[in-house]
Amino acid sequence: MRHRSLLVLTTVITTGALTLTACGSRDGDSKDNGGGKKTTVVIGVDAPLTGSLSALGQGIKNSVDLAAKTANKNNEVPGIEFKVEALDDQAVPASGQANATKLVGNKDVLGVVGPLNSGVAQQMQGVFGSANLAQVSPANTNPALSQGDNWGKGEFKRGFKTYFRTAATDVVQGKFAAQYLFKDAGKKKVFIVDDKQTYGAGLAAIFADEFKKLGGEVVGTDHVTVKETDFSSTADKVKSSGADSVYFGGQYPEGGLLADQIKKTGAVVPLMGGDGIQDPAFISASGEANEGDLATSIGYPVEKLDTAKKFIEDYKAEGYKDPYAAYGGYSYDAGWAVIQAVKAVAAANSGKLPTDARAKVVEALGKVSFEGVTGKVAFDEYGDTTNKQLTVYKVEGGKWVDVKSDTFNQ
Amino acid sequence: MHELPQQLANGLALGALYGLIAIGYTMVYGIVQLINFAHGEIFMIGGFGALSAYAILPTGTSLLIAIPVMIVGGAATSVAVACAAERFAYRPLRSAPRLAPLITAIGLSIALQQLVWQFYPDAKKAVSFPEFKGAAFKITDSLAIQRADLFVLILAPLCMLALGVFVQKSRSGRAMQATAQDPDTAKLMGINTDRIIVMAFAIGAAFAAVAAVAYGLDKGQINFEMGFILGLKAFTAAVLGGIGNIYGAMVGGVVLGLAEALSIAYIEDIPGMSQLGGGAWSNVWAFVLLIVVLLVRPQGLLGERVADRA
Repeated sequence: MRHRSLLVLTTVITTGALTLTACGSRDGDSKDNGGGKKTTVVIGVDAPLTGSLSALGQGIKNSVDLAAKTANKNNEVPGIEFKVEALDDQAVPASGQANATKLVGNKDVLGVVGPLNSGVAQQMQGVFGSANLAQVSPANTNPALSQGDNWGKGEFKRGFKTYFRTAATDVVQGKFAAQYLFKDAGKKKVFIVDDKQTYGAGLAAIFADEFKKLGGEVVGTDHVTVKETDFSSTADKVKSSGADSVYFGGQYPEGGLLADQIKKTGAVVPLMGGDGIQDPAFISASGEANEGDLATSIGYPVEKLDTAKKFIEDYKAEGYKDPYAAYGGYSYDAGWAVIQAVKAVAAANSGKLPTDARAKVVEALGKVSFEGVTGKVAFDEYGDTTNKQLTVYKVEGGKWVDVKSDTFNQ
Repeated sequence: MHELPQQLANGLALGALYGLIAIGYTMVYGIVQLINFAHGEIFMIGGFGALSAYAILPTGTSLLIAIPVMIVGGAATSVAVACAAERFAYRPLRSAPRLAPLITAIGLSIALQQLVWQFYPDAKKAVSFPEFKGAAFKITDSLAIQRADLFVLILAPLCMLALGVFVQKSRSGRAMQATAQDPDTAKLMGINTDRIIVMAFAIGAAFAAVAAVAYGLDKGQINFEMGFILGLKAFTAAVLGGIGNIYGAMVGGVVLGLAEALSIAYIEDIPGMSQLGGGAWSNVWAFVLLIVVLLVRPQGLLGERVADRA
């Protein structure tokens, strides 16, 4: 008897709780004349919205916002209204972790786009993994995030089934850079500098391996500290080492200054880096001394892809304050991938969100495939993008100009 | 060792910059025993003030005319902010326990950063600063001095000299020394100690603005976060030279700058130290030096001149 009443009680409570969560909140300004209740699905965003990398973070936030607005406008998923909740991680791992916990706590969040930094992602993965909440990063390039810590030894093990990315990894980027610098630019003696961060140090190591394999020589290495600004001593080491090129693993604030200070020593050598320096701020930050500097970036230049034309127009039409920056296209695609996954989950459940929507979205993300802003969007068995297209950019006339686009093959 | 002269020049220029900022820490500490941790942000605001002054000038103004204007504009801004900080943040806490103004200073530092980030146009990332164009001056084959470095190397000693003369010879300077020795007695002798304290803040802020202009001309950019690390380093320089001693600030700055430059260049060449050199370790070596100096001379290289307190 007592058992039965308990059973009834729990059933009532659970159903009650489930209806509450499944109904979601009603759209605040319900102007839809459809009259039907729309379920709100929130796409979380985590990126540095303040601080020195905020130019990139704001671009990520706006692009996801655009994806959500587009989905709502086109009624992409019938009966579902997408909202974006953007949190600021200031590129600090601890803040990223706190944001992840906050997003997990919001029942309406079914997917998260972000973060920008690989180091921040390391701290977030576990939180999302245990909550079964999907995360799609538009910018993380560290291979360990998807392929496990021993990827360098050829042991690939996916650590978190909730982690996906639309960005190609550093393995692809570092090797591509080494091949370009050695073969296309004909450089044989490189000096390597990194910023000791997860992204920068990883990229520099991959580049160094490949450059030596090709037959090039690493004539010196040094490290810089993030947020420092005086690299003149390191620049003079570059000059006296007789290097004909510099490879920098890091981000544009330090990269721009380092490139500038190397040129000031009178050494006429190009500095090459990864997508972390491929930002207008790299050039604008330090006069016109960057002519001839190089950077790799994932994908083809957004401006040249037919698929991206509409994105650029729509972005302009929305009148966002900041430009979409380096990861805008990837962020839009990451947001759209979440939307497509939600669509698939709802469709499989006769148009409604199931109770275990988060877990179902993770499954569905592994299967999404569509033509996105940056080309074909799909994920492999590690959650990495199947799109291995890369571009080398060169500073010409104070602007990043693409000089070579190619699909990378090992 | 063929690049030694060049690395010495780098270290000297960096050290002169540290020294200019360190003056602000040392003056304020010497008079009110307050570590003004917001001083790095005063330096940063001086830079933005100078940039605003530059923006007002017609385009194409030669740097020879622009630099004095920038220094005046930067100093006006940083002095105004420093005096306001003294008046509204520190003065009410003057009789409070030591820790209260220290924490206030840290809070103020964060607030000032955020204010510039929020309200200065385009300050959310690094903003361009007019740069010294033109090649470096070649002294010998292995030594070239950048124009901006030359600027700070000439200006820093001049500023120091002017300040030294001011403190030693002028009435206000003597009042300053008296206030540093014993504020209560100085007050009884008819010295307006409030005014003297404001003056200490103002002089420190003006020097920081000069440093900010030198920094901007050298790097070609300034950003809202630049005061944090530089402020920390300048504070270290002040302690190294002997906090409260204005000449010590410059000496400490130069020693610190040289330690950084030389450790980046040469530590890795010492057998068995290859992993402990380069830019990754320069701050570590700078602080090792600080600790060694403080173990031998707790009062710093030149010692505190105003050690008359019991």
